[in-house]
Amino acid sequence: MAKVHFTSNLRRHVDCSTVEVNAILVSEALAQAFARNERLQTYVLDDQGHLRKHMRILVDGVAIKDLQQFNDAVQPNSEIWVMQALSGG
Amino acid sequence: MQNRILVSTRKGLFELAKGRNGWAVRDESFLGDNVTLALHDPRDGTDYAALNHGHFGIKLHRREKGKKKWVEIASPKYPPKPEGLDDKDGWGKPVNWSTQLIWALETGGPKQEGVLWAGTMPGGLFKSTDRGKTWELMESLWHHPDRNKWLGGGADIPGIHSICVDPRDPDTLRVAISCGGMWRSEDGGKTWAQSAHGMKFDNGPRSEVESPDAQDPHMMVQSPSHPEKFWVQHHAGIFKSVNDGKNWIEVKAKPSSFGFGVVVHPKDPNTVWFVPGIKDEKRIPVDGKLVVTRTRDGGKTFKSLTKGLPQKHAYDVIFRHALSIDETGDRLAMGSSTGNVWVSENGGDSWALVSSTLPQVYAVRFA
Repeated sequence: MAKVHFTSNLRRHVDCSTVEVNAILVSEALAQAFARNERLQTYVLDDQGHLRKHMRILVDGVAIKDLQQFNDAVQPNSEIWVMQALSGG
Repeated sequence: MQNRILVSTRKGLFELAKGRNGWAVRDESFLGDNVTLALHDPRDGTDYAALNHGHFGIKLHRREKGKKKWVEIASPKYPPKPEGLDDKDGWGKPVNWSTQLIWALETGGPKQEGVLWAGTMPGGLFKSTDRGKTWELMESLWHHPDRNKWLGGGADIPGIHSICVDPRDPDTLRVAISCGGMWRSEDGGKTWAQSAHGMKFDNGPRSEVESPDAQDPHMMVQSPSHPEKFWVQHHAGIFKSVNDGKNWIEVKAKPSSFGFGVVVHPKDPNTVWFVPGIKDEKRIPVDGKLVVTRTRDGGKTFKSLTKGLPQKHAYDVIFRHALSIDETGDRLAMGSSTGNVWVSENGGDSWALVSSTLPQVYAVRFA
């Protein structure tokens, strides 16, 4: 099973504990993670279902390329991280 | 008298209350988070707070009357953008169909229980009929072909910052857009017409200067007692309407007609307050002196109110939602870009500083 981890900065806003998924694409992995918590999706994806600005998804340490459809491949034991930059003043 | 003030700031929502020793910060919520606007619904006592989490998006929270805990509710969400649609704003930039700011939040009519209106960047108007559980985009305005003329003013993208629900008929709505003029609906939002005729800029090509679609009203208010009368603090000055917002007349004020906020007396349409800055390219008080300007004669004359306000090296900007008036018309509150909050109990004649250490204030509202 692949694992989806979420940035710790999300934890104070929404339940986002690590999820084990059975997926061959990032889109499938995300769908399974979001199925456990509908609100989580709105923090990661925008209204059009695209990755929010300044969010990043890495599969086994490599940033994915498809930020709208998430058609990047996932291996059976992949570690998927949903991360973000922090900014503000 | 409304004895509570919700202060939305860059670093949280602060609640001010009046006690024996005057106004003070009584409570705080969302500390560290960017709270852009709050709303108190007098129909059922609910409070709403709009947050901008930056990378995590725009969120709405609701607190039931008498409760301490906020609960996240749905945020206005744009429908899927049709594939291949060439949708560009007035700058020629593609429009991102995603809520990027809740810039206006208002209750529906007094008898429309549960109805809320939200104005957003990039320009969508949303309605909820269930206290924010679900939101519906007003497609008729969003799909109006003239929307592609709208453009960002101070922000990168256009947005609705003012929503006036007509006290005579809650299906008559007016919204003001930076930059996109003022739009009017008389059928609950089914159809819309531009209504910024008479507003104008002070320089530029004539086609743009007087084009209703190009106008940049910073804030619009409707007189509760004489609802045919409206006031607008515009990018290029002050405008008023005496005929339901169908036409606008320019009004000149000293020391300046530039600013963001405007409030009108609840019982007197000719008594109105503004907070001037030098001009659009210098958004600071004239001569470093923070003043509130008040007219009591419909804009013929203005008085600068200074008592209790800093008159030396003051560079406070009062953003468009950060000047507020209560239901009596005697009590006003304002918060500034540098974290000062003042309250007046006498129609602006004098002001008392409540705090000088709050974060940047975006919005102030009586509750």
